Formats: sequence, C-alpha cells, structure tokens
Amino acid sequence: MKLYPRQRHRVLQVVTKLLVPFVLMVGLYVQFHGDYGPGGGFQAGVIFGSAFILYGLIFGLQRTREILAPRVLHVMMSLGVLLYAGTGAVTMLLGGNLLDYDALAHDPLHGQHWGLFAIELGVGVTVSAVMISLFYNFASKR
Amino acid sequence: METLVVAVLLTFLVVIAIGIIVLRDLLGAVILLGVYSLVAAGAFVVMDAVDVAFTEAAVGSGISTILFLGALSFTSHKQKPRGHDSVAALVFVVITGGVLIYGTLDMPYYGSAESPAQTHPELAVRFIEESGSEVGPPNIVTSVLGSYRGYDTLGETLVVFAAGIAVLSILGLKRRRPEDEVLEDAPGDTARGASDNQQAYKE
Repeated sequence: MKLYPRQRHRVLQVVTKLLVPFVLMVGLYVQFHGDYGPGGGFQAGVIFGSAFILYGLIFGLQRTREILAPRVLHVMMSLGVLLYAGTGAVTMLLGGNLLDYDALAHDPLHGQHWGLFAIELGVGVTVSAVMISLFYNFASKR
Repeated sequence: METLVVAVLLTFLVVIAIGIIVLRDLLGAVILLGVYSLVAAGAFVVMDAVDVAFTEAAVGSGISTILFLGALSFTSHKQKPRGHDSVAALVFVVITGGVLIYGTLDMPYYGSAESPAQTHPELAVRFIEESGSEVGPPNIVTSVLGSYRGYDTLGETLVVFAAGIAVLSILGLKRRRPEDEVLEDAPGDTARGASDNQQAYKE
C-alpha cells in the first residue's frame, strides 16, 4: 500500500495531527457512552483503531509501529477476549450462570452495570487491536 | 417523506451495486463499495437502526475500504478481461435471485406491528418493557447485546479474535531466520532508516 513519505502532503499531515486526538476521543466516548446512546465496544474499537490507521496512512508504518508496537497489539487482542470470557468465569464463580451479571454485585442492576462495562471494554480492546493489526499486516506487504 | 428518502437511498444502492459490477477498475470499485456502505448506513438511520448504521459506516465504509485497498496493493488495479460470458452462470444467478425474491414475499412488511418479532412475548415486548428494570441501560440494544445475548456477543468477539489470528498467521508473524526478517520487515526503513523514512513504502 502506498504510504506517504514525510516531506510531502504537508496539509494532510497537519490535518491528521489535528484530527487524531478527536477521533480517539470520539472512540472513547462511543465506548463508555454506549449504554446511553448508539454505540458500544465494537464501534468504539473500530473508531479507535481507525485513528491509528489514519496516522499510519499519512505518517508511514514505521512511525506508527514505534507508537504502538505489534507485540502490544497481540497482547491486547488476547486481553480483550480474556476480559470478556473472564467476566463470564467470575459470574460463574460467584454463583450465577455464565455471563449472568446479577451475581457481580449485591444490587443486580449494579452487577449488570459492571458486567456490561467489562464486556464492552473487552470487545473494544479486542476489536481495535485486531483492526490495527490487520492494517499493519496489509500495509507492510507491498 | 420518509418513504421518498428510503426509496431514493435504495435506488442509489442499486445503481452503485451495478456500477461495482460493471467497473473494470478495481480501485474505483473499492471506493464505490465504501460509498455503498455509507448509503446503506444512511438507509439504516432512516429506519431508526442507529447502532447498525454506526457499525456500517465505521466498518463498511471505513475499515474495509482501507483493507480492500491494502489487498489491492498485492495485485493489479485492473480486472482481467474475461474470455466469454457463461450462459449457464447467468441462468443460475437469475434462478437463485428469483427464489430469494420469492422468499422475501413471505416476510412481514417493514415496520409491521404484527410481525412475530414485535408480538412475541419473549422478544421485543420483554426487552422494551423489562430491560430498564432488569439490565438498566436506556439503550435497549446494549442491554440485548451485552446481557440478554451476552453469550452471542462473546462468540462474535471470538470470531473477530480468530480472524485477527488467521491474518497474523498468514501474513503477519516474522519468519524465524534473521535474513528474511531484514528483507521482509519494513523495506526501506531498516536499510534506509537513517534517511528519516522519506523513501519508505514506495508502492
């Protein structure tokens, strides 16, 4: 894939630098506001990942890899699934069914809240890591 | 008014789909696929499926366009001209499409209050009336995805994870031998890294 070298496309670079923090912020907003508005872990993960992909398209893969190493992504991919499945395991250990969040707290609604928070975070972490990882792998082969 | 908007959007979808089929320039086809997803997301918004529209816009017109472009860079931008058009394939496609359209005739009309999904006491009725006191979030979609159907979503997350692992195992992980690694990993950067990445990643 053609990735732009540093000296050219100054406008794109400036715009990207301005844009990336906001994209990350929107990603976090969608992640943690998914209970109240549209969104959730999957969409948030994609938006969060697209910020890094945008950065990689404009500033090159090498610089992006220095910010977020592929090894970190591999850990994140597994960590998200582990967080999700681990929440299920914890609910079972606390006496509920698999992914029955009522067991997580004394008040079932609080338990549901914590459970949803944990699994959405797990989904978001896994999805963003997979998306960035896919981009790294497709972009590094010419 | 809403019907008009939906009709226009769906007409756009058909036109774009035909364009994708007709185009021989694969780069243009990929961009059209992104446009297709965006228009589809607009149609979903009109149908009040905001979460689905959100996903369609982010994944369909965002990420997958990038990944298609990445995949295109492995091959050429032009589709090879085909030798002949197969009549058998045309007949097969027309029959399959006809059967699919015939199948949709049995489906309830869009927004029909009598559809099974709306009237079944364990589905929409339960979710709308009870999810606030059983799960909590005002966004019922989150309740359904995360709590009522948490097991499904766990499976979906595993599918995404498996897809990531599959791509990594085919394309990603470095080879063991160091000389391959130098060749393969970031061409231009290891060799010419000192020149500040200017020449890196030529096509």
